[in-house]
Amino acid sequence: MPQLAEQQDTYQAAFDAFRREPAFGSGAEADAREVAFDRFLARGYPTTRDEAWRHTNIAPIAALSFERAAAAVPDTAALAAVAFDGVSHVAVIVNGRLSEKLSSLAGLPAGVSVTSAAVGAVPDVADLNAFVDLNSAFVEHAIVVDVAPKVVVEAPLHLAFVAVPGRAPALVSPRLVVRAGDGAQVTIIESYTDLGSGVTFTNVVADIHAAPGAFVDHVKLERQSNEAFHLATTIVRTGRGGTFRSHNVTLGGRIARNDIISVLEGEGAECTLNGLYVATGDTLVDNHTTIDHAKAHCPSHEVYKGILSGRARAVFNGKIIVRPDAQKTDAKQTNKALLLTDDAQINTKPQLEIFADDVKCTHGAAIGQLDEDALFYLQARGISLAAARTMLIHAFAGDVLNGIRTASVRDAAMRLVETQLSI
Amino acid sequence: MLLEIKDLRVRAEGKDILKGLDLSVDAGQVHAIMGPNGSGKSTLARALSGHPGYEVTGGTIRYKGLDLLDLQPEERACEGVFMAFQYPVEIAGINNAYFLKAALNAVRKHRGEPELDAVEFMRLARDRAKLLEMDQTMLNRSVNEGFSGGEKKRNEIFQMAVLEPTLAILDETDSGLDIDALRIVASGVNALRAPDRAIIVVTHYQRLLNYIVPDVVHVLSEGRIVRSGGRELALELEEKGYGWIEPEATGARA
Repeated sequence: MPQLAEQQDTYQAAFDAFRREPAFGSGAEADAREVAFDRFLARGYPTTRDEAWRHTNIAPIAALSFERAAAAVPDTAALAAVAFDGVSHVAVIVNGRLSEKLSSLAGLPAGVSVTSAAVGAVPDVADLNAFVDLNSAFVEHAIVVDVAPKVVVEAPLHLAFVAVPGRAPALVSPRLVVRAGDGAQVTIIESYTDLGSGVTFTNVVADIHAAPGAFVDHVKLERQSNEAFHLATTIVRTGRGGTFRSHNVTLGGRIARNDIISVLEGEGAECTLNGLYVATGDTLVDNHTTIDHAKAHCPSHEVYKGILSGRARAVFNGKIIVRPDAQKTDAKQTNKALLLTDDAQINTKPQLEIFADDVKCTHGAAIGQLDEDALFYLQARGISLAAARTMLIHAFAGDVLNGIRTASVRDAAMRLVETQLSI
Repeated sequence: MLLEIKDLRVRAEGKDILKGLDLSVDAGQVHAIMGPNGSGKSTLARALSGHPGYEVTGGTIRYKGLDLLDLQPEERACEGVFMAFQYPVEIAGINNAYFLKAALNAVRKHRGEPELDAVEFMRLARDRAKLLEMDQTMLNRSVNEGFSGGEKKRNEIFQMAVLEPTLAILDETDSGLDIDALRIVASGVNALRAPDRAIIVVTHYQRLLNYIVPDVVHVLSEGRIVRSGGRELALELEEKGYGWIEPEATGARA
C-alpha cells in the first residue's frame, strides 16, 4: 500500500490552496497539475517493497506535513555565501522561483538565456515515480536555460537554488530545463543551499538536452542542511556526437536521493557520470543512475565514490542499458565507498542489461576502510595519524572533485567535505 | 650509543619472532643484519619503526636516550628514525612531492625549524633527486603508484635523502633491484653516510654489502643475533651459506 494515507489531507490542503492562486494557471496547464496530483495520490510514496527504494526508507518524508514553500527574500549577507569566486553569471532561484533582482545575468553572451517559463511551455517529463508527480503538481514555473546552436559559453553559469524554510516544513518544487543547441558548449553549476533554519523538502526535476555535437558540463552541488530532504530526478538526453558530463556532489540532507537517467540517443554520444557523496550521523544518500545506450559507438564512464561516518547509510544503484542498436558500446562503471565507522553502511548494486553483442561493459565495486598500510607509510615519514587520514580522504574525494573544472567550486566542495567529516 | 636494544621480544601474527635480541649501534656506523628467511630481520626493522602489526612483548630500545617504544610511529620519524620499506606502499591520489613536503615539514616543525615553502622544498627535492639519478617527473606522480620495483626502492632512498634521518633502517632495499639500480641506490646511501648518522642494512644477500661496506655484520637466527663480526663475516656467509651458523647457534644456547 502506498504510504501516504496519514498525510494525504496535508497534501490535499496544500494543493487546494495552490489551486486558488494565479500561479496555478488555467486551461491545459491547470489540467496537467490536476492529473499529476491525482496520480501522486493514487500512486503514493514508494515503500521499501519497491525494488528501486528497497534500501531507502522515506517514511520520515511521508510522516511530515509540508506546506508549499512561500515566496521569500533571503538575507543578502547569507546569499553572498552561496556564490563561488570568479563565477559571475548567477541565477538565484528562491523556493523554486527565479529572482531577477538577485540574479546577475546581464553579462551572458548572445544566444544564452535563463528565463522563467510557464510549465505548459516546456515538454512533459515521464511520470517515473511519485516524486516526479509531486513536482509536476506543485511546480510553478520552469527555469529554462537555452544555449543557441554553436554558442560557446566560456564562463560557467551558476544556478543557485536556495531554500528558505518557513514555519512549517517547506516543500520546494523546482523544474529545470536545459537546452544546449547543436554544437553549443556550456558549463552549468546547479547548487542547492538552505538559508535559515527549519526543515525543507526540495523535490526537483531537471530535464537536460544536449543536441548533436553539444557539450554540457554539469555540476550538481547539494549542500543543504542535515535536516533537509532532497529528492532530485535528472533526465538527460544527448544527441549524436554530443557530450554530457556530470559531477554530482551530495554533501547534505537527512535523506538525499538522486535519480539520474542519461540517454545516449545519437551515435557517438558520450557521457560521464561522476559522483561524490558524504553522509554523516543518521543521514542517508541514495544515488540511482541509469545510462541508456540507445545507439552505437557511445562511450560512457561512471565513477561514484562515497564517504560515510557515524550511522550514515548510502545506496548506489548503477544501471547500464545497452539496447540492440547500441553495438560498439564502451561502458565503464566504478563504485567505491569508504566507511569510516563500523556503523556506517552501504548497499551497492551494478545492474547491467545488455541486448547487443559487440560491446564492452565493465564494472567494479570496492568498499572498505582507510588503507592501514598507507596510513602507516605516511606516519612512518613523520605525518600524524590525523593528518594522514585527512590526506587519504582528500585523495579519495579528489578523484571525483578534480574533474570539476571551476576551481572555486572544486575548492568549496572539498571544504564542505572537510566540514562534514570534521577533518 | 645512538641505539641500544636489549632483550627485544616481538610477536607478529600470533608468533614469537624476536626472542631476546641485543644490538648496539653507534652514530657514524653502518651495521648489516643478515640471516636466513624467517630469522626476524624484517621484524626488527618494522618493530623499530613502530609498525602496529608488531607487538613488543619484552625488552627495551633506547634511542638518543629516549625510550623508543614509548613513541608513536610519526614521533619516531620526527626524532630521526627512518625505515626504507621492503614493500613501499602505493597511494593513489597523493602527489609524491606534496607527501614528502608534508613529511619534511612535520619533521622540521618537531625540530623547531621553520617549515619550507613550495619553492624551497622543490629546490631541495630536485637537488636530492639528482643523487638518486631520479627522473623529476617521479615527483609529480602519485606516491609509488605504477612505479617499477627499482623506482620504488629509489624513491625510498630519495625520501631518506630529503628527510636526513639520524637512524636509517634499510629493509631489504636490494631485493628486486637489477645491478644498475643497485649501484645507484647504494651510491645514494653512501653519499648519506655521516658521522652523526647510523645506518642499519637488513639484507639476505651480501651483494649489497659490496657497495655499502658495513662496519659491523650481525647474523640473525631464530630471533636472536648469533654472530657479530667485521665485513669478512658477510663474505664467509656468502661462501658457506647460512647452514653452518645454525647448529653452532643451537650449541651456544645449550
